Amino acid sequence: MIKKEMIAMLLAGGQGSRLGVLTAKVAKPAVAFGGKYRIIDFPLSNCINSGIDTVGVLTQYQPLRLNSHIGIGIPWDLDRNNGGVTILPPYEKSNNSEWYTGTANAIFQNMNYMESYNPEYVLILSGDHIYKMDYEVMLDFHKENHADVTIATMPVPIEEASRFGIVIADDDKRIHEFEEKPEHPRSNLASMGIYIFSWKVLKEALYAMKDQSGCDFGKHIIPYCHENGKRLFAYEYNGYWKDVGTLGSYWEANMELIDLIPEFNLYEEYWKIYTKSDIIEPQYVSAESVIEKSIIGEGSEIYGDVHNSVIGPGVTVGKGAVIRDSIIMRGTQIGDGTTVDKAIIAENCQIGSGAVLGVGEEAPNKLNAGIYSFGLVTIGEDSTVPDGVTIGRNTAISGVTVKEDYPDGVLESGEVIIKAGDSV
Amino acid sequence: MKAIGIILAGGNNSRMQELSNKRAIAAMPIGGSYRSIDFALSNMSNSHIQTVAVLTQYSARSLNEHLSSSKWWNFGRKQGGLFVFNPTVTVDNSWWYRGTADAMYQNINFLKKRHEPYVIITSGDCVYKMDYNEVLDYHIEKKADITVVCKDMPAGVDVSRFGVVRMNEDSKIIEFEEKPMVSRSNTISTGIYIVRRRQLIEMLERSAAEDRWDFVTDILIRYKNMKQIYGYKMKEYWSNIATVESYYQTNMDFLNPDVRKYFFRDDPKICSKVDDLPPAKYNVGSDVHNSLIASGCIINSKVENSVLFKKVFVGKNCVIKNSIILNDVYIGDNTHIENCIVESRDTLKANTYYCGDNGIKIVLENNQRYML
Repeated sequence: MIKKEMIAMLLAGGQGSRLGVLTAKVAKPAVAFGGKYRIIDFPLSNCINSGIDTVGVLTQYQPLRLNSHIGIGIPWDLDRNNGGVTILPPYEKSNNSEWYTGTANAIFQNMNYMESYNPEYVLILSGDHIYKMDYEVMLDFHKENHADVTIATMPVPIEEASRFGIVIADDDKRIHEFEEKPEHPRSNLASMGIYIFSWKVLKEALYAMKDQSGCDFGKHIIPYCHENGKRLFAYEYNGYWKDVGTLGSYWEANMELIDLIPEFNLYEEYWKIYTKSDIIEPQYVSAESVIEKSIIGEGSEIYGDVHNSVIGPGVTVGKGAVIRDSIIMRGTQIGDGTTVDKAIIAENCQIGSGAVLGVGEEAPNKLNAGIYSFGLVTIGEDSTVPDGVTIGRNTAISGVTVKEDYPDGVLESGEVIIKAGDSV
Repeated sequence: MKAIGIILAGGNNSRMQELSNKRAIAAMPIGGSYRSIDFALSNMSNSHIQTVAVLTQYSARSLNEHLSSSKWWNFGRKQGGLFVFNPTVTVDNSWWYRGTADAMYQNINFLKKRHEPYVIITSGDCVYKMDYNEVLDYHIEKKADITVVCKDMPAGVDVSRFGVVRMNEDSKIIEFEEKPMVSRSNTISTGIYIVRRRQLIEMLERSAAEDRWDFVTDILIRYKNMKQIYGYKMKEYWSNIATVESYYQTNMDFLNPDVRKYFFRDDPKICSKVDDLPPAKYNVGSDVHNSLIASGCIINSKVENSVLFKKVFVGKNCVIKNSIILNDVYIGDNTHIENCIVESRDTLKANTYYCGDNGIKIVLENNQRYML
């Protein structure tokens, strides 16, 4: 019988709706990050670097990009005869078929997958975060404490603690209490959404809570384990960990990679981040270009100027174009003489010549001021922006836009163009 | 599946000078992200040739490392695959490969065991893109015994390092001279051949019985008037890495947008081993012009008309001009490099000066990296 000490279950089904048009067509874990990566590369690489060779990836929202990215797991060495990576979408059952209604419900629906590996421990991960973490060290901590559940936590500034799930632990790191987004936090240890369960405890809890609607780890399973006297411990993690849930934090996390010695260093030898690279050729920088404080992916052709930006693979920046403080993803083309200031442009976009993106005063976004703020221009994938238009700040564009969509050639700050057929 | 492939990758060339100390030419880095043999391997794979033998001999460690997995070129199938044949001692043979024909003869069982009717022979030291099926169709149409892929070199190019051919109106090869001092033609052999498998086995066995070991002089030239040997002219880019100058020029050719488009953007693409390096990083002070930069590079100063291979670190206040910096080189601050090829894994101390005054200088430095 196959026996794996620990398997990982990676929750990758979420939309990440706060990323607006960026996740209109892809699940959040498949969104590009840091020039050549996708967000899910970080937990997947952490798994293989931690010696975990069996990973179930639970997908639901817009899974195509995720499926083709992961494939059979070759880039992460997760193509195995025994174990490896398995994509786990929701499926029809003889009775009571349903979508994944919550994080724990999704895991529960894949009981058979987990049983087939006969694990001692199950690691629950989410595909939303940028970090490097050795899960084996966390497992050692779990074993040392004879824990039933170990929750990875990290200290956050106390003034921000009310945005997180907070755990209150004693000196031995045993957890006594939880508070979900407390108004007056009594601790600054925030849950990172990473759990190690002893398999028997997890199985018992999932069965006990199987009729709970929208069954969720934070809201239902962890409290259930706590109430039933299980041993819950807080593993404290002190490295770089970034939730890229909003456009602002996504933009910031990318920009941090440009620092001279970034806090999150991709150039370290011993903890490599792997990704599927179908573009492997070198990038070309033309005689007229100026590039400073930027990272640029493979196969890009730069004929203009790039300052303080993160450019993905296979991007073309035309002659005389100026890119500043922006993120430009895989395969996008920027026309000659176009200026881009503080924008996020998703994959395979065509930006015309002589356009100006990101000008003028900020104005609150008319569609959703909560999502499209931070002064960013956000353009969804496969979009087209015509030549010569001017685009303000806090704007969003998705789909093939033409000159007529821009009154007097201008998209004022705070405006949105979403073409028919694209839903956000 | 009409053909199998053989890639001759055992060669060394003293005209590569110190660059060949470390590795066979087939393992030379090319175009920022590739190795020379990637072109032949990708051509095979892109032409749907599923069974390919690579014959190695000279300094094969670097090459074997590169070929450690065949999945990058889409080999590793149940049918066929990539086979690497180093010379081995057997009951009836204790020789190294004594020539290209001997290299194939010593692995004649590989040829005998297959069922495909044709063999495509190429070398691992040429940079080109080719659909071998087009040549194969030509070979069949001409009812040729051997087809040699040829190329017209521009007038004035010294062809004395190549095999030079002359063809008649029907493209039959009537003259074949190996590395002639004076030649009467500027059509050269590219070292790409198509032969019927049984024909090849027969010729190899006969040559071996006569103690003849070279494919060009002992088979092509000797059989020229007896067998139907045809030339197929290729018009696209082709370059042979055999001298320091040709190696330098081939890499510099990739600064030409047409060459880049042909190899990097147009289908089918050239495959290579994936190194999982982060994107290139340009810090404050970087000033890069007309250059190719591979992944994993970190640049802090001036780079002009140069090719930087993977994982090159350029310190502050340096000037790199008209140079080729191979993989994993560390360049200390205030260093000047001009008209140079810097060997891979070198560590250049700060405040040093390297300049090729008459031609290309090869820089070899083995300083301790972390003592700087």
